[in-house]
Amino acid sequence: MAGTALRGRLTWQIAKVTAVAVETASVRTITLDVPGWPGHQAGQHVDIRLTDEDGYVAERSYSIASAPGEPVAITVERLDDGEVSPYLTDELRAGDDLELRGPIGGYFVWEPDDGGPLLLLAGGSGVVPLRSILRHRERTRSNVPVRLLYASRTLDDVIYRGELDQPAVGVEVVYTLTRHQPPGWTGYARRVDAALLAEVAWAAGVMPLAYACGPTSFVEAVSQVLVHSSYPPERVKTERFGTAGGT
Amino acid sequence: MSPVSRGFHRRRQDPAANAGRVPPGQYVTKDFPVLSAGPTPHTPTERWSFSIGRGGQRKTWSWAEFRALPSQDVTVDIHCVTKWTKLDTAWQGVSVDTLLDLSGHDGPFALAHCDGGYTTSLPVEDLRGGKAWVAYARDGRPLEPEHGGPARLLVPHLYFWKSAKWVRSLELRDTNDPGFWENYGYHIYGDPWREQRYAGD
Repeated sequence: MAGTALRGRLTWQIAKVTAVAVETASVRTITLDVPGWPGHQAGQHVDIRLTDEDGYVAERSYSIASAPGEPVAITVERLDDGEVSPYLTDELRAGDDLELRGPIGGYFVWEPDDGGPLLLLAGGSGVVPLRSILRHRERTRSNVPVRLLYASRTLDDVIYRGELDQPAVGVEVVYTLTRHQPPGWTGYARRVDAALLAEVAWAAGVMPLAYACGPTSFVEAVSQVLVHSSYPPERVKTERFGTAGGT
Repeated sequence: MSPVSRGFHRRRQDPAANAGRVPPGQYVTKDFPVLSAGPTPHTPTERWSFSIGRGGQRKTWSWAEFRALPSQDVTVDIHCVTKWTKLDTAWQGVSVDTLLDLSGHDGPFALAHCDGGYTTSLPVEDLRGGKAWVAYARDGRPLEPEHGGPARLLVPHLYFWKSAKWVRSLELRDTNDPGFWENYGYHIYGDPWREQRYAGD
């Protein structure tokens, strides 16, 4: 728990949007050119600040979706009653400026030296920082074995499906579709619980390192199961989205 | 002054009653989101204790002893560094003034230690003067584990990471040493009204 992320002042700066990519009906990945970006770790986030013509300011935090060394990208899910996310997904386009600061956070991060095997548990858009970890693993040619269990409402809600359907060697991706399954679906079709984790998670004896990210209820449930399955709590890192935490 | 974000319009109109109650960069939520770095500990009250110490000396209360102390009902606004603010949250707890006085210990700074290994640092003057509690109930019900139960620190005038969940002890010290999030670049003091989110703010 050393202070590896301790650094100088985090100043607001203007980034340029270079691309907005459609991930799902409600999710966009926004790629940014951030002048002088100091680099980030897989799993960190940025703060975004929007300002309207009256000087009203709204700030939110978003996980970084790209790997260290790649241009900064965030993946944003539109929450219909939100104030910031609908702007980012529906209004923002390439060429726009976006004010941000970061990188922020130094606990929910992974470096190849941290080892594994890795158990990545994603609920909905909680997959975003885990995708950064997966890309970082691939770019650093790490051979740490990975299992990603990704709970999504429907197949159409799966973010990064193109990438995740073609995982790197040593990476297993397991979906569970909790609300609706396409005809012929042979994968999991239920919420992540103790029985499902017993089938998918690494045994505690291989000293896995777990990262769980998603809504509070998802993270609470999966992290409790892992602790009861003899995962040491300090090897279960969590990041929770409150129901209003990501708007 | 921030540049205008093309096409951005305010959507949330907070009631006038909230004026002056929402710090810069925060928005009001009616939910109570949860933020923690690891699994939620579930310490049974039979195995729970709370202590205040300095050097090798410490005063310790069992759960029963702690619950027998005079308690207060407080209704406060809370501000999380992740941008949400929740107004009029109702808590029950023991004032840290009471605990410090009974402990017989004092010092300029405190490091709060928690189940799960979490720590956070505060000046003791921010724990005194009716500004801080060790809270064990919310809305008249025992504090749920995911919100810090059996008991958490409640220091509402600072960002909520200072209100350490699952708190078990206050270690009084001469130096203001960073705790868990402070070590990861979060502000050593954390005043929401000065928007002290990160080191250097």
